[in-house]
Parts: sequence; structure tokens; C-alpha cells
Amino acid sequence: MATDLQLTNISEKDLEQCLKCSICTVYCPVSSVTPLYPGPKHAGPDGERYRIKDRRFYDEDALKMCLNCKRCEVACPHGVQIGDIIQTARIKYSRHPVGLRDFMLANTDLLGSVATKAAPIVNYMTKAAPVKSILHNVMGIEKNRTFPDYTSRTFESWYKKEAAAEQDKFEKQVSYFHGCYVNYNFPQLGKDLVKVMNAIGYGVKLLDKERCCGIALITNNMPNLARKQGKMNLKSMRHSVEQGRPIIATSSTCTFTMRNEYEHILHLDNEIAKNNLSLATRFICRLVEEGKVRMAFRKDFHMKVAYHTPCHMERLGWAVYSTNLIKKIPGVDFQMLESQCCGIGGTYGFKKENYNISQKIGENLFLQIREAQVDYVVTDCETCKWQLEMSVPIPVINPISLLAQALDVEETRKLNQL
Amino acid sequence: MNTCIFEKHYDIIIIGGGATGAGTARDCAMRGLSTLLVERYDFTTGATGRNHGLLHSGARYAVTDQESATECIDENMILRYIAKPYVEEHDGLFITLPEDDLAYQEKFVESCWKAGINAKIIDPKEAIQMEPSVNPTLIGAVQVPDGSIDPFRLTMANVLDAQLHGAQVLTYHEVTGFIIENGRVMGVYLRDNITGEKREARAEITINAAGIWGTLVARMAGVNVSMFPAKGSLLIFGHRVNNMVINRCRKPANADILVPGDAITVIGTTSDRVPIESVDDMHVTPEEVEVLLSEGAKLAPALATTRILRAYAGVRPLVASDNDPSGRSISRGIVCLDHETRDGLAGFITITGGKLMTYRMMAEVATDMACSKLGVQQKCQTATTPLPGSDKSTVEEPENHLYAFNARVGRHGTLAPSIAAMDDYQNSLVCECEEVSVGEVAHAIENMHVRTLTQLRRRVRLGMGTCQGELCALRAAGILCASCKKSIEEEMADLAEFLNERWKGMYPVGWGSTLSEAQLTSIIYQDLCGITSPSMKDRRQEP
Repeated sequence: MATDLQLTNISEKDLEQCLKCSICTVYCPVSSVTPLYPGPKHAGPDGERYRIKDRRFYDEDALKMCLNCKRCEVACPHGVQIGDIIQTARIKYSRHPVGLRDFMLANTDLLGSVATKAAPIVNYMTKAAPVKSILHNVMGIEKNRTFPDYTSRTFESWYKKEAAAEQDKFEKQVSYFHGCYVNYNFPQLGKDLVKVMNAIGYGVKLLDKERCCGIALITNNMPNLARKQGKMNLKSMRHSVEQGRPIIATSSTCTFTMRNEYEHILHLDNEIAKNNLSLATRFICRLVEEGKVRMAFRKDFHMKVAYHTPCHMERLGWAVYSTNLIKKIPGVDFQMLESQCCGIGGTYGFKKENYNISQKIGENLFLQIREAQVDYVVTDCETCKWQLEMSVPIPVINPISLLAQALDVEETRKLNQL
Repeated sequence: MNTCIFEKHYDIIIIGGGATGAGTARDCAMRGLSTLLVERYDFTTGATGRNHGLLHSGARYAVTDQESATECIDENMILRYIAKPYVEEHDGLFITLPEDDLAYQEKFVESCWKAGINAKIIDPKEAIQMEPSVNPTLIGAVQVPDGSIDPFRLTMANVLDAQLHGAQVLTYHEVTGFIIENGRVMGVYLRDNITGEKREARAEITINAAGIWGTLVARMAGVNVSMFPAKGSLLIFGHRVNNMVINRCRKPANADILVPGDAITVIGTTSDRVPIESVDDMHVTPEEVEVLLSEGAKLAPALATTRILRAYAGVRPLVASDNDPSGRSISRGIVCLDHETRDGLAGFITITGGKLMTYRMMAEVATDMACSKLGVQQKCQTATTPLPGSDKSTVEEPENHLYAFNARVGRHGTLAPSIAAMDDYQNSLVCECEEVSVGEVAHAIENMHVRTLTQLRRRVRLGMGTCQGELCALRAAGILCASCKKSIEEEMADLAEFLNERWKGMYPVGWGSTLSEAQLTSIIYQDLCGITSPSMKDRRQEP
């Protein structure tokens, strides 16, 4: 029978599985705020059919409005990799050279390593009105945005001096992929992670060599550099696994990038990441639920928090691990925010042409947070944190930091017979 | 309907709204003849709308039929010039697979050169680089100037040009008989297939360009034209698998041409004799699907796993040479019959045989014959005058970006700027798969004889994409209802008919995503909107 031949429909990124139901467009945060974006169905599978015919059908202005949140892929009942089709098209068909702004926004490693050397001056400068005006008018970086502060002492240098020596004492160990944000801007999160992991009996090592996961390079059309950095990360991960250390991270986007985008967009063989890289909250939550580790919490810890699900967390399907872990803290009054995009899309919201769209997308979320009246918003993504803190006067922290605050370290160590 | 159409005495009446009829109308009108084109349903409902859309280089016929090959390559070059926006110039490959005889290649190339076709033997490895979807086990490849052509738009451009030169055009007017006086055809009796009204139209000469139905038309005039209806089935794949035409380098056989056109790929054809009584009701059989798929996968292995959008079948008007009623010597060449000398019936010409590729030449031959009878000296200009939309001017991309712009230019060429695109409403998409805007739909309704969704589909590809009308049918129905001042009941019936027609093509390949798509469509329209199949009495007898 003819159908024997056609047992499987194979098409690039399941393009042809699309039934045009348009549910992805319903869930697209960009489509919901502007009619100028044709929506994921049309920018993705529909447009791809015509781009295959002729690259003239590649519509740069439309496709660059996609903020790569992948909520379309979560919504799709047929598993079409809609977001991947759009990202790949941008990489494949764009003929525009990468501009200075995009180059700077995307090269977080390069910028971070320079900026941390002169952190106080850089931090002062990026907040100064004349500098902001130049960034806005000359470079196209939105003046209403503020870059996160750089630290003068990177996480890596803190770790080497203050923490590295302790880690060998632990029988069980993990490698920590800290990411650019922890290293250059916010070492405290890394310190919190070391504190929590050590308390439950795990030593924390760093990877041989860690490079930026490359998400910003992918979304800003620098796939070759992203691939180079990806290969290096995967090599370091392989070595870590050989040493018996699985890898954990505190950023949902870094984790998502290395597990999904490396394969789907960069076409790297990332089996090692898919099998061994996890988000710290998922790693810990599983240990606790399997009864392998126990946690004790401070009696005097009382906090009202609301959890925001980052888009890439939604795509990973892992928000449940973070929220379950938070709910294990007895002093926490927990509230779940409706899952929706905050609008920042990594570097997307920093570009002045996207600022209005970015804020409009986040509007409803900001409102929910204001009404929630919580002490903290908890989330696993650093760029969501920036967006929320820039838009709502409530501090945003990573679940690991919340855990570090709530944990009774001494008791926990005892419970785990350390 | 404009009654003065029927009061006028024409030089020429042409029967049949396919490529040949439209081409003949254009040729006649350009030579200054007063011309009336009549078509029983819509344009392109016969073989014109049911073929590969292949811009033959002629290579396929080079070995077996030099005359056809030469005609093809000549017309190929002409169409590239006169029908630029309707043609895709992507070249083609003739591949030799391990099971084929490589020695045939030499004979093939030699024959191509003899016919004036630029055939070039290329290294199989180079062929794979040029066309990555090609079967990688190929042992030989020849590059030829094949291409693809959109027969719907080609025909419509001919109709538009004929009208620009003064021709009158009547769709949904079926010839029910001939006005014959003193051994001479003086015109035709017509029935309006929408209102049922009966009329007549008169002319000096009537040209029968009704394709396979030409045999039935001729019968009404009392003359015999022996035709051998040969059914050919084809499959449409969901996206462009290949970017060059892929043929087998061997004697023509089943399912050995794979043609990319617009956003899809077509494999075909089969070839089976069918009785003339069945030509109005063609169905693709499971056996044909199987042959097309298994043979097609030998050209491009990806076909075995690519979604099939639909299947369709057309009927070739093959003609038995005169004085050979047995039909043994069937020609694919052009047959132009002067019934005055042949049958003693003056004022009647039949133009048939041929192929889509040679429609213009057929029109020229028929018009030449008509002109000599009318004593008109004008020479044919259709080979050198571009069709509407193909003139030399270039279309500038407008400053404010419209995502349907490229699709629009692809379909209408230099006519694209005349499509309304002033505001968000006119720019919004009706058909998302094929990027058809509200403005484009309005343009078609206004200028291209459109009253139903199916007609709209033939003009602007609406509903021809992946979803087969799932999203656009309702939107387009709303616009049609308002623009054509149709009653809601009438438009609902049109909608149901359109959806049924789409399902007819999906049914033979109803598995996988195509079946899911059909299911979703039926849930939307049947279960959600409550639209049911039109009752048999309401259904128009249109293929």
C-alpha cells in the first residue's frame, strides 16, 4: 500500500505537521500586542514553504520581531518546532551584517570580562543620563533600560580563593555552570548555590572551561561564534561527566539553550547536555523527593513570594521543580503567577525599536505582581529578573537564593549526616 | 447578462476556456477580429488546470517525437518572454538510475541537440549539488532548460489580454447545439449554466477548442473527431522538495516527472485510456497513488516521507490521426481540422491535440486558418507581445512593508501595483498559506470573472496551500458575499461546495497530517459552523 511508504512524515522541524490551527498565534506574546508581527504560524511554517522557494520571501522586518520565547512550541498540539523554524530562517536567510549594538549585546563574555575590570566606573557610566542618551541615539539601546551592575570580583575569582579548597571534602560532586550573569554581575547567586549544595552534601566544582551558553549570539545572528562556544562547553561537560560530576545551572535560559538550541539551531551533538545537564532546582527537588537528601529550615523565616515562569522554563516543562522546592519551605506563603512572557526576551527588550512592544507584553504580568503584594518575586531567569525589577518595585530572586536564605545549614548538614 | 453580446454578429466564436481557447481568443482579438469566447463552466476546469504545470524543454519527446520536441523548445523560449511572472526558470535534470540503461543517455542528448534543446551531460555528483533532493544513487544526469508554469494564471493573462483587445468572454455558457444554415455553421446555441437561460450567438467562424470535450462538441455539429481520452493522475506534495524539475532519462513512462511549482512539488503522471462518458468525473485510484508514490520516490527519495496535500487527475485530448479511426497512430502533436474541406461543413474549425506548452502555437494555427477564410491579412503577434503582467517595467517594493508583497508580484507580475494595498484591511491576509490579501481577492473579483470560491482559488491560489481552505474559505466567503451581492444562502452553498471539492482531492491521500487537517476542517465547518453538504439538487454539475 502507498501508506506503507508514508508511515512517517518527515520534514525539517516538523514543518508539515502544522495543521494551521493557529493556536500558536493565540499564545504568541508579540502577536497579542502588535498586528505588525504576522504571528508564529505565518512567520514559521507558512513562510518557510515560500522561503524554500525563494529567499526573497524572507521578511527580516517581520521575523526579527520574534523574541524567541518558544511559547508557540509549547502551545503546538503537533510538536512543530515553530520557534526553531523562525530562528533558523533568520540565521539562514538574513543578509544584514551584525551591527555594533547587536555584537556588544550578544558578546556577554567579552563585555563582562572587560567591564568587571572597571566595574565602579562602568556601573556609574551606564546609569549616567548623557551616556544613556548616546547609547539610545547612536547605538539604539533603549534609554529607559538600565544595564545590571557589574561586579568587581567575578564569581570565578571568588570561588577559586574562597570555596574551591572546601569542595574536595565532599564525596558527591557536581559541576556548576554559573553563566555570565552570576560571574560578571551577581556572584551572590553562585555563592548561594555553593552554600545550598554543600549543606545537602554535594561539593561544587566549576567546568574546565566555561563560555557563555550563546543564546544572545543565536538570537543576534552570530551562529558561528555560538557554535564555537557551544563546542567548548560541551567538551567541558563531557570531561565533567567522565569525572562523575553531573552539571547543574541556575539559569533556565542557559540550561534551555544548551539542551535544546544547541541541537535544533546550531546542529551540535549535545547528547551529553541532554543527559547530564539540569537546573539546580530540578536536581535538588528530585533528590529530596527521592529521599536521598533532607532539608531543615530556619524557624524564623517567613516570606510571601510569587513565582514567575520564564518562557524557556515553560518550554523545558520544569517550573514544577522550582515551585515544588519553594513550597517545601515551611515559612513561605506561595503564590503562582499566571504563566506569561515578561517581554524582555534577553537582549530583545534592550533594543530601542522593541522597547514599547516589550513593555506592552509584560504589562499584565506587572499588574499581577503589583496586586500580589509579595516580599519577593521568584524566578529562574536573570533577564526576567531585570525586566521585572525595571518595571515593578519588588525585588526578584532565584529560587536557589530563596532556599539559601531559608535553609538552616547546620541542621541540614546534620540531617544529611555530614 | 449583457444582452448586446448576443445581438452582435462576431467574426469568431471560440468554444472552451482552457489555455488553447483563451490563447485563440487573444490571437484573434489581437488581429482585430471581433471575438467571443464561451466556456461552459469556469476557465481552466479541464486539462489546462489538471497537469504538471511543467514548462517542457521538449527533451521528454526528443527521442520519440522530434516534431513535438521542437515545438516545445520554441514555445518554451517564447513563454519565458511573454509570460515572465507565470514562469519559473529553474531548469531540469534527466537522471539515469542504476536500473536504467545509461546508453540511452547518448541517444537522448543527441536527439535533444537535433531538436535545438540545450542538453548538457553533467557529473552525477554535480547533479546532487545542484539538486540535493535527487536520488543519490543516480549514475547519469543531463541538464535541460525545463521550468514550470502556472496554467491558471497563464490562461487568465490570455483572457485579460483578449478582453483588452476587445474580445467578449462568457463563462458558464455551455454550447448546446450549432446554428447550421446551408451547410455552414453560423453560430451556437448557448445555455447559461447559472440561470438556465437559453441564448444564441452568431459568428462567421466557430472554433472548437474544448479539449477532450471537443469530440462531444464536434458531434453536436454532426462531424466526427476521434479522440482517445487518456487519464493522467498526479500528486501534490506539501512543500517544494526539489528546486529543479527531475525526469527519468528513459522512454517516457508512469510517474517520471517531478515538478516544483510555487510552494509545492507535483509528481505525475499515470496514463490510462478512459471512456469518453467518464471524463466529467475523474477520480484518483489507490493503485495510481501507489504507482505515483513508489515511482516518484525513485526520483527524490524524500517523497516517501513528505506530506501529500492532494491528488488530482486530468484527461489528455489525444487525437487519432485522420483516416485512422482505430486510433493506432496517436499523435501528441497539434491537430487543426478544417471541417469545410474535411466534412463539408463550412465555418467550423477544431483545434485540439497538443499540450499546454504549445497552446500558443495551437492558437496561432487555428487563427491563421480562420484568418485565411475571412481574408484577414494580419500576422500573428502573440509570440512577441508580452502578456499582461509581463511587460518590461520592474515592480518597486513599497517603502512600508507588506508581507504579502512578494507573493502578489509572483502572481500578477507588473499588474501587482494595481492591487489595492492602502490600509491594514486591504493588506490583511485572507489566505495565509499562499499570502492572498483582501486587496488581491477584491482585484480578482473585479477583473477576473469571479463569483465563487473555486473560481477565486484558480485565480489567486486561495485555498491551494497546506490547509486546503481550512482558514481562508470562511473569510473569502464573507468578502465574496458582500462584493458580489450574493445571498447568504447562496454563499453558504458555495462554501460547502468549495470544501467538498477540496476534500475530493484530499480523500485519495487521506492519511497522516492530511487526514488530521481534513478532520480539523470538518470540525470547524460542519460541527462548529453547522455547514452541511449541499443537497444534490443545489449542486452544480461542475468538475
